[in-house]
Amino acid sequence: MTLAKAESAEGGFNIDPMHQFEIKNWVPIDLGFVDLSFTNSAFFAFLAVGLTCLFLWTAMSGSSLVPSRMQSMAEGLYEFVRNMVRDACGDAGLKYFPYIFTVFLFILACNLLGMIPYSFTVTSHFAVTVFLALSVFITVTVIGFMKHGTHFFALFWPMDAPAAMRPVLAIIEVISYFVRPVSHSIRLGANMMAGHAVLKVFGGFVAALGVFGIIPIAAIVGVTALELLVAVIQAYVFTILTCVYLNDALNMH
Amino acid sequence: MASSETSDHSGGMPQLEFDTWAAQIFWTALALFLLYKVLSNKILPKIAGALEDRHNAIADDLDQASELKRKAEDAENAYNQALADAKANANAIVEATKADIAEKAAAENANAEAEIAARTVEGEQRIGEIKAAAADSARTVASDAASAIVAKLAPGSADNSTIASAVERALAQTGMAR
Repeated sequence: MTLAKAESAEGGFNIDPMHQFEIKNWVPIDLGFVDLSFTNSAFFAFLAVGLTCLFLWTAMSGSSLVPSRMQSMAEGLYEFVRNMVRDACGDAGLKYFPYIFTVFLFILACNLLGMIPYSFTVTSHFAVTVFLALSVFITVTVIGFMKHGTHFFALFWPMDAPAAMRPVLAIIEVISYFVRPVSHSIRLGANMMAGHAVLKVFGGFVAALGVFGIIPIAAIVGVTALELLVAVIQAYVFTILTCVYLNDALNMH
Repeated sequence: MASSETSDHSGGMPQLEFDTWAAQIFWTALALFLLYKVLSNKILPKIAGALEDRHNAIADDLDQASELKRKAEDAENAYNQALADAKANANAIVEATKADIAEKAAAENANAEAEIAARTVEGEQRIGEIKAAAADSARTVASDAASAIVAKLAPGSADNSTIASAVERALAQTGMAR
C-alpha cells in the first residue's frame, strides 16, 4: 500500500512510514457522545487474545507429567512471569500475578503479531499503552493507600536524607512518581512505533534504489531480527516495571 | 472520526488522533478483560495444577527412593548381623568340639594307663609266683639231694627236719630264703 502510494508520489522516495499505524474503521459504532467503532486495532487486540488462549489451551490440553514441547513453553512462560513477580514483590505480590501475566501475554502477543507484514501493531498506539500504564499506576496507587493508609505518603518523604533536603527531594519524588505512567507507556509505544517506521522507511529505499535495493533488504533482515528482540524485551520491560511499582506499593522501600 | 481511508493526515502521527482513543481503549480493555477471565478461570489453574502434580510426583519419587534406601540399609544390617551370628556359632562349635576331643583323649589315656598298670601288677605277681615256685623246687631238690647224700655217706645220722633246717640255712646264705 505504502509502496504504491510512494511510487505514485514524486520520484518514489516520498513514503509515509506512519501510514501503517492508521486506525481503520471496520464496523462503525457511534454512540453519539463517544465513538466505539470496531477498528483494525480492536481486531488485532482480539486476535492476540484469541491466539494466546489457543496456544496456552492447546499446550495444556494434553497436559502430562513429562511435558510436551508446547506444554514446556506454556509452563516456561508461567514460571518466568511468576518468578519475576515473586523476585520483585515477594510472596505478597503473587496475589496480583494473574493480572500481571495477562498484561505480559497481551503485550507480547500484540508485539509479535505486529511483526507480521500487513498486520497492525496494537501496542504502537499511545492510546493502548497509556491505558495499560495508567491502569497499572492507578491500581498500584490504590493498593498502596489501601495497604498503608496515609502512611503511603512516606514514600515521597526520604527519611534517610538530611532534614533540610527532604522538602526538595519530596517534590522530586512526587514528580518522578507521576512521571512513571508517562515513561511506562511512551517507552513501549515509541519502541514499537519506531521499529516499524524504520522498517517501512527501509522498505521505501528498496523500491527507490532498484537493483541496489539489495542493500536495504539486508538491513531490513537485520532490523527485523532486532525488532523481534525488541518486541519480547519491551513486553518484559513493561512487566518488570509493573512489578517494581507494585513492590513500592506493597512493601514501601 | 476513527475512519481515515483518506490520507488527509499523511505525515502526521495516527497515534495522536485523539478521536480514535476512546474506541481503542474500550476494545483493548475488553480484550484484556477477556484474556484475564480465560487465564484466571481456565488456563492458570491448569498450568498450576500441572506444575503441582509434577512437584508432587518428584517429591513422592524422592520419598520412595529414600524409603527403598532405608530398606536396603536394613537388609544390609540384617545380613551383617546374620554373618556375625554364624561366625560366633561356628566358633562355639569349634570350641565345643575341641573340648570334647580333648576330654575323650584324656579318658583314653587314663584307661590305657590303668590297663598298663594292671598288666604290670599281674606280670609282677606272676613273676613272684614263678620265683616262689622256682625257690620251692630248688629247696625240694636241695633237700632231696641232701637227704640222699646224707643217707649215702652217713645213714641215720640226721633226720629229715635237721636236713631241712640245714638246707634252709644254706639257702638263706645264697639269698634264696623264703
